Parts: sequence; C-alpha cells; structure tokens
Amino acid sequence: MSDQETTPATGGVVNPRENKTASWLSHVLADLGKNGIFIALVLVVVLFTFLTDGILLRPQNISNLIVQNGYILVLAIGMVMVIVAGHIDLSVGSVAAFVGACSGVFAVQWGLPWWLAIIMSLGIGALVGVWQGFWIAYVGIPAFIVTLAGMLIFRGLALVVLGNSNIGSFPAEYRALGNGFLTDVFGEFDLDPLTLGVGVIAVIALIVQQVRTRLGRAKYGQEVEPLVWFVAKLVLITAALGFFAYALASYKGIPVTLIVLAVLVLIYGVVMNRTVFGRHIYAIGGNRHAAELSGIKNRKVDFYLFVNMGILAALAGLIFTARLNLAGPKAGDGFELEAISAAFIGGAAVQGGIGTVGGAIIGGLIIGVLNNGMSILGIGIEWQQAVKGLVLLLAVAFDVYNKRRSGGR
Amino acid sequence: MTTNILEMRGITKTFPGVKALSAVTLDVGRGEVHAICGENGAGKSTLMKVLSGVYPHGTYTGDIVFEDEIVEFKSISDSEAKGIVIIHQELALSPYLSIAENIFLNNEQRGALGLIDWNETNSEAAKLLARVGLKENPTTRIMDIGVGKQQLVEIAKALSKRVKLLILDEPTAALNDDDSDHLLDLILHLKGQGITSIIISHKLNEIKKVSDSVTVIRDGRAIETIAKDDVTEERIIKDMVGRDLEHRYPDHTPDIGAEILRVEDWTAFHPQDTTRMMVDHVNLNVRAGEIVGIAGLMGAGRTEFAMSLFGRSYGSRISGKVFKHGVEIRTRTVTEAIDNGLAYATEDRKTFGLNLIEDIKRNISMAALHRLVRNGLVNDNEEYQVANEYRASMNIKAPNVLVKTGKLSGGNQQKVVLSKWIYSNPDVLILDEPTRGIDVGAKYEIYTIINKLAAAGKGVIVISSELPELLGICDRIYTLAEGAITGEFPIESATPETLIKHMTMEKAR
Repeated sequence: MSDQETTPATGGVVNPRENKTASWLSHVLADLGKNGIFIALVLVVVLFTFLTDGILLRPQNISNLIVQNGYILVLAIGMVMVIVAGHIDLSVGSVAAFVGACSGVFAVQWGLPWWLAIIMSLGIGALVGVWQGFWIAYVGIPAFIVTLAGMLIFRGLALVVLGNSNIGSFPAEYRALGNGFLTDVFGEFDLDPLTLGVGVIAVIALIVQQVRTRLGRAKYGQEVEPLVWFVAKLVLITAALGFFAYALASYKGIPVTLIVLAVLVLIYGVVMNRTVFGRHIYAIGGNRHAAELSGIKNRKVDFYLFVNMGILAALAGLIFTARLNLAGPKAGDGFELEAISAAFIGGAAVQGGIGTVGGAIIGGLIIGVLNNGMSILGIGIEWQQAVKGLVLLLAVAFDVYNKRRSGGR
Repeated sequence: MTTNILEMRGITKTFPGVKALSAVTLDVGRGEVHAICGENGAGKSTLMKVLSGVYPHGTYTGDIVFEDEIVEFKSISDSEAKGIVIIHQELALSPYLSIAENIFLNNEQRGALGLIDWNETNSEAAKLLARVGLKENPTTRIMDIGVGKQQLVEIAKALSKRVKLLILDEPTAALNDDDSDHLLDLILHLKGQGITSIIISHKLNEIKKVSDSVTVIRDGRAIETIAKDDVTEERIIKDMVGRDLEHRYPDHTPDIGAEILRVEDWTAFHPQDTTRMMVDHVNLNVRAGEIVGIAGLMGAGRTEFAMSLFGRSYGSRISGKVFKHGVEIRTRTVTEAIDNGLAYATEDRKTFGLNLIEDIKRNISMAALHRLVRNGLVNDNEEYQVANEYRASMNIKAPNVLVKTGKLSGGNQQKVVLSKWIYSNPDVLILDEPTRGIDVGAKYEIYTIINKLAAAGKGVIVISSELPELLGICDRIYTLAEGAITGEFPIESATPETLIKHMTMEKAR
C-alpha cells in the first residue's frame, strides 16, 4: 500500500441523508464484524447442541468443558501476549510437563505442604521463563529457536525428574486445583446458592463496569454505541451468564479451575489494555523499531513476557497434573499447539501487534467445544485433529480476507 | 496512427467513501517524457495503478487506449505484456539475490530441460547493465550496491521486458544529487532510443529538466497539461495547491535565548565495521527558540549523528559529551535521552516512526505513556482527549483519532510523529527530513509547526537535504560532510553556493 494516495476512509464516514435506522443497523453490523470470533463460538455451540441433541449444554458437560480446557485457556492467555509482541512459544507443553513432574516431587515424594509445593512449582516456571527470556531478549536468538530448544530441553528434564515412572496420589488440596468445586458452603440444595450468588454478582459487576465505561467515554465526548444496542447486548450477555451460572449451580458448583481462570482473565485483561507494560507489548509488536525509538525498553518487555509465560505454563502444568492426579512423561503433549491455535483463532495477527486476551479465551473455548462436541458424537481422535487443523486454517484465512477487504496491509 | 502512445479517457475510480479519480484524461505522446505532479493524495499513484493493471479492468470506469487500441488489463502481467512497466517508489528487489537474478526474476532465461541457463542470464544482464550505464558485475548481490544503483537495476529489469512505456514513481526520492542526475540523464537517453516515460515527481527542478510536458493532478482531477516551454515553477505550484503560493515558508522572527544543548566531540563508528568512523568529532549547539539546520548530502552522517546522540540508537564506540543548560547529561539509552528532554523524529516514518497498525491516539501517546497513568493504569479517556487536541492543533486530517496511522497520507503521518514528540514535552527536537515525501501544502504546515516550537522557546535541529528548505526556515546552518562539521553559517551569510561547497568538502587525508 502506498501512502501517496487517499485510502478509503475507515469508519466515521456517515452519509447525512441516511436515516437513523440505517445508521443504527450499520453500527450493529460493524459491531458484529468486530466480534466475529464471538459469533463463531455461538455458531459452534449451536451446531453441536443440535448435533448432540442438547447433550453439549447439559450442566455436567458445561462444567466438564471448563475443567477439561482450563489449562489450555491459561496457556492461551500467556501465548496471546507473546504472539502480540511478535514472538511464539513452542515450549509451553514441555514446561507444563516439567513443572508437573517437579510438583510431584515436592508434594508427593518430599511430602511438602501443598501450598509450598505450588509456590515452588510456579517459581520453577518463572526460572524457566528467565532462562528463555534471557536468550530471546538479551542474546537476540529468535523465540522460535529458543523455545524449540526449550521444548526438547524441558521434555527431557521432565523425564529425568520422573525417572521413568509416574508420580501419583497428590494431596486433596492440590487436586482441587484441577477438579475441585466450590459448593455446598451454605448446605445442600438442588441449585447451589453460592454459585447463583456469584453469578448474580458477576452480572452486576459487568453491568456496572460497562455503564461506567460508557459514561466515561461520553463524558470525554467519544462516540458511544446506540443505547438500544448497548442494552440489548447487556441483556444477551446477562442471559448467557445466567444460563451458565444455572448450569454450574445445578451440577457441582463453581470449579476451582474456573475461579483461577476468571481471576487471570480479569488481571491480564487489565494488564493488556490499561497498563504501560501492556501498551508497550502492542507497540513492540506493531513496530519494534518505532517502539525502541520511542523510549520503550524492548528487551525488558520481551524478557518479562517470557517470565510471565513460564509462570502461566507452570500453572497450566499444575492444573493438568491435579486433574489427572498424576505427573507423567506424556503430560502437556501438544499443549503448545492448542494454545497457539487458540490465540490465532481468537484474532491474533501472525506478524504481531494485534490480539486480545478475550479473543484468545474465546478461541480456546471454540477448540474446547469442538473437542468436546466431537467426542460426544463419538468421532475418533484422528478426525478431531484434522477438523481442528482445518478450523485454525479457516480462522486465519478469514482474518486475512477481512483485512484485505478493509484495505489493511 | 496517432502521435499518442497512451490515452486515458475519463478515468474514474472510487473507493468506498472516497472518489480517488474523477474523469481524468491523460494523453502521452510517443517518445516523450511526461511528468505527472500533484500533492500527496491527489491521485497520481492511483492513476498509475489503474494504468498498470494493479486495479484491474472493471474496478474503474473510462477507457485506456494504448497504441491505438483499447486495452483491458486484468493484472500487472497483462500490462507488462504490452510493454508498460511501472517502477514503484519502494523498489521491488530481493536483497539476497544477484543483480542478474533480480533482472530476470519471473522471466528466467531457460536453457535445456527448462532449467535456468546461468551463462545466458548473466551475459544478458551484463548487456542490460551496459545500456543503463551501471558498471557492476551481474553476480553482485543487490544488498551490496547503493540505492541509486538499485534504481538502475530496476530500469534494466524494465528494459528486459521490452518496455515501451516506462512509469517511474518518484524515482529520485531516495537518491542523492549525483545519482539523481545520472538517473535523469538515463531517462533522456532512453527517450533517444524511443522509450516513452511517465515520471511522477515532487521535485519541480527535475521535472523542468527532463520532461516534455507536465500534467498536474489535484483532488483526483487533471488540472492541466503544460507543454515544456510554458512550464514554470509558479504555474505548477499554483495548479497543485489551487492557489497562489506567495510564500513557501512561513514568516519567522527569531527570539533566541540562552544555549540549551551543546554537543562536544561527538564521535561514532559503524555498528558492524567498528573501524569505520561515521560521525567525526562533531561540535554543535542549539539555543532556546533557535532553528538550527544540518545540511549534508546522503551518507554524510546526518542521521547517524542524530541517532547516535539519541540514546545511542545507532553506531558503536560512541564518545563525546552532551550538555543541557551547561550541565552534562547522559543519553546512553533512548529512555535517558527522552527523560533529558530530547526528541528525535525520524526520516523514515514507516520503519522507525509509527506503529502503522495502531490508531492515531496510541501512536501519539507512545513516547510519553507515563503522562497518562492514573493509579497505575493508563487513562484511555484522557488519551483520547489529548489525541483530539493534537488532531485539532496539528490539523491532522482524519475523521477521528481511532483511524490507523497506516491509512494516513505522508503529511498526516508526519504530523502524528510530531505530535508524539511534542507530547513528550522535549526541550530540543531533532527533526530528520521532516518534509520528505510530503506535499507542498503539508510542508507549509510542518514549517509553521516548527516555527511555533521555536517560538515556545524550544531548540529545534532540522536535518535536510533540501537547501531551499533549510535556507527558508533556519536561523543558523551547520554543514556536514563525511561525518564532520565543515562549516557554520548564520542565516544572513548562508547561500546555496557556500553551503554546497562545504557539504562536498573532502577531508584532508
């Protein structure tokens, strides 16, 4: 694209003669276009609900969906940050296995308290991140190579730690990380009151936050979406959240994994959007040279990104190990690919600079629903792989097509 | 057979929301050099993209008549098959391939079994290089020759395609004066061999030098075509901007105060070849409210000096001292330089200045994000407000500040870069080629901004290869040659002749 010519103006060009309905409609359509990935998730859910005669949306299955995919979603958060900065991390599956094995040694073989074992394991994840971040940020070796090496190194170390055997029988508190539920705090009911209460609080918090953002934007004279559409969206989201809370309440309550995830999504959402660190990640991914010449410390940001990824990979390893109640040599196999797929399906750009935590989570959920739905249908693992590969390809192709159409580069 | 090789009749091209060309008619005579000029965004490049098939037949209305027949190009290869070759401003050469490989890229010389015949390739390439007057071995890699020579390789490549109509989009934008002269001579030489050329250019003096007629485009319309003898700079500028341009430079009454910045013995070496001195014991100073020019040819070490000073972002083995208000400061990292009140707006906006996939708002806040932090978090709304203030005060032409900077024209991109640095609240701004690749009207706006900065008591260093520009806006000019300061002239005693003499001064060896 040449900067010599006026390129088609984006947004903001509103034909004054258009009536109100048309502009309202165009806003809704633009919004839907922006949230294409969300629509895709809804479509996949609807499709599999239909194909599985509703089994997909049964309370037990919804609960399983979260617990089964928790560790991938945790990885996807770190991965999308790494990808936005223009890197990639192929080592997360091996790191998860390595940390899982270490946690087995701490919690089972050494018999340390569960909390100490978890803290030490996360510390090991951070050290792994320091190691990889050092080579990437300060030596300048491409992340692809460093983490490819890391994939081999930490898979090997996991085997060394395990010494050719599995470690099992973790303490109950540790296991809760993977398959525990927060429930029956107020006694036994058909519908868990705690879960419903948390659901209500979440909905209220969401509405308050959305309204505050809207008011804030309006106060500074920024364009806000039409009120009807704003309310409609809130109603839809409230309904979805309500259904979700109802499903969890009628099964076992809130999975501990979900709590961990929710906290992470909140924290990292804020980090990426509202902190200087997050902004610097986008700036570096968008144009590394320009970021450097604007006083951004690229190396430092790169380094901490990988430290962060190491910690999140460790957490994913803990959740996975806790869920299986077993630290084994095969743990974490292929996690990196699912996490990378989640980020890309969620709209991250291959060249960096673009991507959101929310998008990656939805991307991960799409993969999760595909896995889960196809399993219910009795489709074999071989076809599941092929379908997931195809979905990744189509998602990125769609993204590329969209960008080309809107005149982007 | 008419005398025109090309007639574009009533070409109209619309993008969603924007009419880029409206009923443009362009006649190019056989064997002439036809110049097209106009401001950025006027529609020059769009017109050439229509002609060369980048925008295929059907996406525009109107007819293209080439050699007396109506042509409908569906792609670039269609137009090349007819002998129309376009050379873009950003050269399309592969740096790791040889000159010969680049010339015959996608047009490989094949021998037996369809395999590439390297002897044929290299000998044919050598013949083409001789035609364009380039003395290089065809097996030399593109990355090992300069931009000027790369431009010649592009022309050789066009010749290999049996070009009849050669389109050059701002061919001399990245060239120094020698290379530009050589290129322009070559265009005239090719004209002697019957090759018609269309040259898009901002540089009025070179248009006058080579072209037989000039068509001026403004706001997507062809304003007029002027024959060679009637071409005057004033007439072209008037056509381009649609008004008489009495002053190309805004009035500037200097109000110069105390010294802000002093650089002593600044020396830097090449980043890879650490024995090659690029900046040679430079001494200079800037006072409050003063606009100081650095005049130097390409390769004189202008950008190298500025970037090595600005947080050592260029070079190796850097030494020298920097004083602000008489106190020595450290500028070892970009962050330190910014914290000490320096700002450097790059000559290469797209590579070093902007995050093109991000919006105006976030680009403006990039160098001073900390100013927007409240309780540890970046205040989006305040950022929006700040960006809007700059959009208004700098006259950035965009519907809102959420537009991606990659979609702006060069002049508006430059205003975003300047906004970014002004928002970082510097005491001294180093502006490296602040008006490169932007049109006459926007240039005037940039000069006005520079004046305002000086009037606000800041020190401004302007690096430029356009002497009229430096003479028009500066209070004092340093000349730089081979990395060393060769002269210092108050504006009253600076003339183009003395400046050029000092810019081309060679070191005593």
